[in-house]
Amino acid sequence: MSALLSAVTPLLALDPMLEGDIGFTQVLVVLLKVLVAFGGLLVTVIIFIWFERKVIADMQNRLGPNRAGPFGLLQTVADGLKLILKEDLLPERADKPVFKLAPFLMLIPAFLTFAIVPIAGNFNDGNDGVVTILGQETFMQVADPQIGILLFLAMSSVAIYGVVLAGWSSGSKYPLLGSVRASSQMISYEAALGLSIGSVLLIAGSLSTNAIVAGQAGWQWNLWMTGLVPFVIFLIAGTAELNRPPFDLVEAEQELVGGFHTEYSAFRFAMFFIAEFLNTVTMSAIIVTLFFGGPSGPDFGITGWVSDYVLPFVWFFLKVLVFLFMFVAFRATLPRLRYDQLMDLGWKLLIPLALGWFLVLTVVRVAADEELAAVEVLGVGVLAFLGLLVGGGLLLLSIRASAAKRAAAAAEDAADESEGVR
Amino acid sequence: MPPKPKLPGVLKGMGITMRTALDTMFPDGPLRPPSPAKGAATVQYPREKEEPAARSRGVIALKEENCTSCMLCARECPDWCIYIEAHKTLAPPRREGGKPRSVNELERFDIDFSLCMYCGICVDVCPFEALFWSPEYEYSEPRIADLLHDKSRLGQWMETVPDFEALESGSEVKVKKVPR
Repeated sequence: MSALLSAVTPLLALDPMLEGDIGFTQVLVVLLKVLVAFGGLLVTVIIFIWFERKVIADMQNRLGPNRAGPFGLLQTVADGLKLILKEDLLPERADKPVFKLAPFLMLIPAFLTFAIVPIAGNFNDGNDGVVTILGQETFMQVADPQIGILLFLAMSSVAIYGVVLAGWSSGSKYPLLGSVRASSQMISYEAALGLSIGSVLLIAGSLSTNAIVAGQAGWQWNLWMTGLVPFVIFLIAGTAELNRPPFDLVEAEQELVGGFHTEYSAFRFAMFFIAEFLNTVTMSAIIVTLFFGGPSGPDFGITGWVSDYVLPFVWFFLKVLVFLFMFVAFRATLPRLRYDQLMDLGWKLLIPLALGWFLVLTVVRVAADEELAAVEVLGVGVLAFLGLLVGGGLLLLSIRASAAKRAAAAAEDAADESEGVR
Repeated sequence: MPPKPKLPGVLKGMGITMRTALDTMFPDGPLRPPSPAKGAATVQYPREKEEPAARSRGVIALKEENCTSCMLCARECPDWCIYIEAHKTLAPPRREGGKPRSVNELERFDIDFSLCMYCGICVDVCPFEALFWSPEYEYSEPRIADLLHDKSRLGQWMETVPDFEALESGSEVKVKKVPR
């Protein structure tokens, strides 16, 4: 039995705690971490919704919620209570089991994704963020599976099912249109998202989030180690993946009433709402993990539990807060993209750029692995970059040519049609 | 000289958003404590009140003595929210030795503000300067039936009617003298 377990555990996780025998203490630690993560996330979401409403109010020269509790802090709780007490409507033409399932498909991946985010642990002492809980050496994250960051991609793909099934099962046209938009948008941008993560993986050499963060210790942040471009692509594609403005075509109020959740009410709507904001928090945490060194940061020579738990968590929290603020600022500033602009941006710019940048980084990496001199590596990198520029130029030319061809064909069609009328 | 390169619109827009947020949070400068209540344009209604705009249409006031029960207002009202009942009566003669005048005396002049859409046609159409706009707006009621204002209630609003001011060019000719 224990032989089987020890054969399986390396597949389950890279966590040092799970390498040996698994007993009561280990299970207790895992349960503790799950409970803390779950409760912490729920509280974070409640605070974040308040934060978003307050900040966006400031950006629009308003006050925002200020009635419930001090500074309106309890506004989200009040809204949640209201939603729980409301009637749970089931549309007559809905596909009922799917209609009931869809909110869970959206909410559960949102929670699961956060499991792979390291939120604390000292990464400066060469210990790779290992902390000791109840005498067990472990990471400050719920799980560190070998597939690591791929879990994030998988979960965000599962969340698409939530949107698609919600729209499809509502038996109504606006949710259906919203979910069709959602699926095409999220699938398009997932490609750019995955390709920009590829650049990070190339630098880190591991899928494990813990290893990615450990590789960034000492200010070797992937933000500049990958040359800024993957971060920008990830940020844009991540915003699109979240369906947040300016990519909120899924729930474009002016066109689609409420998008995929038009027919939802009461607690089922609350679940979509929570999942949406939870995804924003998770995405910020993933950005921080991938590009900004996660919880690593200067420790000011402090050791002990403060440098294990408090300081890293503060760094992590501050970094996440910056991105939460950024998403709110995006929402307050940027007008929604038209649908064809959205697709153009994704397919004609982000995906080729992410792919090209990935190839440039690969070339540099190969050159470095061949143990060439620094100047030669630089030269190879510059050559690869020039290749990227040439490729981009060719792509641009082909896009222009096909657009011109299409315009000519359309003009010919119009001429034929007018002749036919005559 | 070529035009100076401009920041891309996205960044410029983000800058404007940030500046607005800062101006709202820190109206006294960035080093003072934040006071969004001062920086925001929001008027927190029950505690602070806005001055209604000039000629704002809050409630309709009735000068009962000027009303001749001609029913023009009731007929023109698109919502049919004005109810008038009157009877003929004899008023004392204007001059000594004259014969008593036959006038209409109002029994009922009600406006149902739960129906009224504040179009102001009744005020415009009144030929005897009996109806006026008042800027008062705080007359909501817990029971909808109480929004039916009778002639004494409508008469009380007369005290709140402001004098007509010729605010636009050419509006001098339309001056409507408010009877006091």
